[in-house]
Amino acid sequence: MKKISLANLNELYSAISANYPLYLPVERAGEVNYGYYEEGAKVRLDVLKTVKSPKDCFFPQTEDLMKFKVEGQKIEIIDVREHAKPFVVMGVRACDFKAFDVLDRVFLVDPLDTYYQTKREAGIVITHACGKVEESCFCKTFGIDPVNPLGDVTVWTDSENLYWRANTEKGEALTKELGDLLVEYQGNAVEEQQAKVNEIYAKLPLASLTTESFKNGDMMELFNSDKWQKLSEACLGCGTCTFVCPTCQCFDIREFVTNSGVTRFRCWDSCMFNDFTKTAGGQPRTTQMQRYRQRFMHKLVYFPQNNEGAYSCVGCGRCVKKCPQGLNIVKVIKEFGGKQDA
Amino acid sequence: MHNVEALIPIIAVVTDIKRETPDVKTFRVVGLDGKKPFEHMPGQCAMISIPGIGEALFSITSSPTNKEYVEFSIKKCGCVTDVLHAIEPGQQITVRGPYGRPFPVETVFKGKDLLFIAGGIGLAPLRSVINYVRDNRDNYGKVAIVYGARSADDLVQLKEIEEEWKKEKDFSVYLTIDREQEKWDGHVGFVPTYAKELAIPNTYTAVLCGPPIMIKFTLAGLLEQGFEKKNIYTTLELRMKCGFGKCGRCNVGDKYVCKDGPVFCMTELDELPDEY
Repeated sequence: MKKISLANLNELYSAISANYPLYLPVERAGEVNYGYYEEGAKVRLDVLKTVKSPKDCFFPQTEDLMKFKVEGQKIEIIDVREHAKPFVVMGVRACDFKAFDVLDRVFLVDPLDTYYQTKREAGIVITHACGKVEESCFCKTFGIDPVNPLGDVTVWTDSENLYWRANTEKGEALTKELGDLLVEYQGNAVEEQQAKVNEIYAKLPLASLTTESFKNGDMMELFNSDKWQKLSEACLGCGTCTFVCPTCQCFDIREFVTNSGVTRFRCWDSCMFNDFTKTAGGQPRTTQMQRYRQRFMHKLVYFPQNNEGAYSCVGCGRCVKKCPQGLNIVKVIKEFGGKQDA
Repeated sequence: MHNVEALIPIIAVVTDIKRETPDVKTFRVVGLDGKKPFEHMPGQCAMISIPGIGEALFSITSSPTNKEYVEFSIKKCGCVTDVLHAIEPGQQITVRGPYGRPFPVETVFKGKDLLFIAGGIGLAPLRSVINYVRDNRDNYGKVAIVYGARSADDLVQLKEIEEEWKKEKDFSVYLTIDREQEKWDGHVGFVPTYAKELAIPNTYTAVLCGPPIMIKFTLAGLLEQGFEKKNIYTTLELRMKCGFGKCGRCNVGDKYVCKDGPVFCMTELDELPDEY
C-alpha cells in the first residue's frame, strides 16, 4: 500500500490529469457532481453521494450516436464515434462501482453496445472506500462492502492521508506513472478505519434492510399486490429517482436537425414519464401507479430474474435523499416485508 | 443480427410503393447494392428511419423466401409514418435489424394445420408467415385464414389474397368487413364472431394479430372452442428505441418484447403482467 498526504492531493490530481482526463467529484454552484479536473477545481473527495452518479462517464446523459447528411432522396451516415482515449474516474464509492456491474449486464451482453464498451475499456477506475456513512446508506443490503471496493485502484482517506492500493494491471501502471508522489505505507490506518465504519454502519437505520421477500416472491403475485397503489399515491412522475440512480439505464433516441445535417443522439429517459411507453396505437401503462410499479419490479424482480439474482439497486440512497415526495425503494422493500427487526 | 454496430443503420432504397388502403402503403426496400438489405425470419421486425424525422420499428411483411427485396406494410398513424407516406420511390431510408424472435415456422409449426386470424394492419406480420408456408407448402398441413377490416377498402394485400392465396392448395381464405358496404358480397361481421362461426377444428395451431380488442375476443372464442393456449400464438407491438433489449422501453415482466418477442405463445403471455 502507498500513501500521500491530503495536503498534497492537488499535486496528485495534477499529475494524473497531466496524462489523462481526470473525472472526479467537483463542487460547482453548491452541488457536487463528477466533473473534469482543472486547476482551481473544488474537488470534494469527501462527499459520499454526488447528486448524479458517475454512470455519466460510461453512459453519458446525452451522447451523439451518428450524423446524417440528407440531400434530396439521398442519405449519408457519418460515424461520429471517436477512438476513446484512456481516462481516469476517481472517487467512485463502492455502491456506484457495483452499479457499473449492473450497467455491464445490460450494455455488454450480446449485441454489445459499443458506445458504452469503448468508454468502459478506456476508463481507469479509482474507487474510494467509505470512511463515513450516512443515514440513507444501505449498500450492504445488496452485499456490497463499503470499506473495501475494488476497481483498478482503491483509495482510503482519513484526516491526514490518502492511502492507495493498485488492484489491477491498469492500476499498477497508473501507480508507476505517479512515481515518488506516492510513498510506501505499512501501517494499519486503513484496517482501523474499516472496523470503525463497519461498527457505525451496523447502527444505521437501514442496516437490517433485506430483500428476501423479493428473492423468494412470485413475480405475478408481487405485480398484482395491492400495496403498489398506496406506495405510489404521492408520486409526481418527475423522474428524479431515475436520473440520480446509478443503475437506471433506460434511454431514448432522438434527433436534432440543423442546416448542416441531422444528429441522432441518445439521452437518459425515465419509465416514470407517461410518454415512455406511449404509442400511436395506445398506452400500456396509463397510470402513475403502473409506472411506479414498473420501476421497482424491474429493479427487484425482473432484473434479478434475468441476471442470476443480481438486483438493479446498489443501496446508494440517492433516491432516498432526492425524491421530492419522500418516496423511494426503501419504502417499497419495507412495505413488502423487507425488514427483519421492524 | 446484421453485422454492423448495433445502433448504426445501413442505407437502403425504397424502390416501389403500393397503396393498399387509404392509410396503408406497402414499401419495397433493397440495399444500395440492389439486393436484400438483410435476411430475416417471419415475425421479425426492423428499424426504419428517415433522418430528421425519427426511427420506428416495423414488422417485415415479405417472406424470407422472397430473395429480391423486403417489404413493409405501414399504416399512417404518427410522425415517422406520416413522412413515409409522403415519400416517392427512389427515396433512401435507413434500416437496421432484423430484430426479435420469429414465429416457430421451422419447429412448432412444421406439419401442423395453421389458422391465421388477422384484423386490419395486423395482416402485415402474418403475411410473412403465410407466404413462407406457401413457399414451403409440403412442410405444413391445411391453412385457414380469417381476415377482417373496418371496410372493404381497408383490407390490405387484397390482390395477393384473391389471386394467389385463394388458389393455393388446401388454403381456405375467409374475408369479412365490419359493416355492410356497396359492391361487397362477402361476409359482414367482426373477426372474433366470424372466426367462431367458421368453427375451424381446434387441432389447428392459431396465429393471431390485430388490434388488442380483436385479440381479446378472438382468443376467448378460440378457448371456448377448445383450442389450447399452447397452440395459440400472437405478436406484440410496444414502443421501442433500440430493438435489442437495452433501452428498457418494451420491458414487460422479465421479458423484452424486442428480443424475447415480438412473437409469444399464449402460455408465455399468461405468465407476464398485462402491460402490452
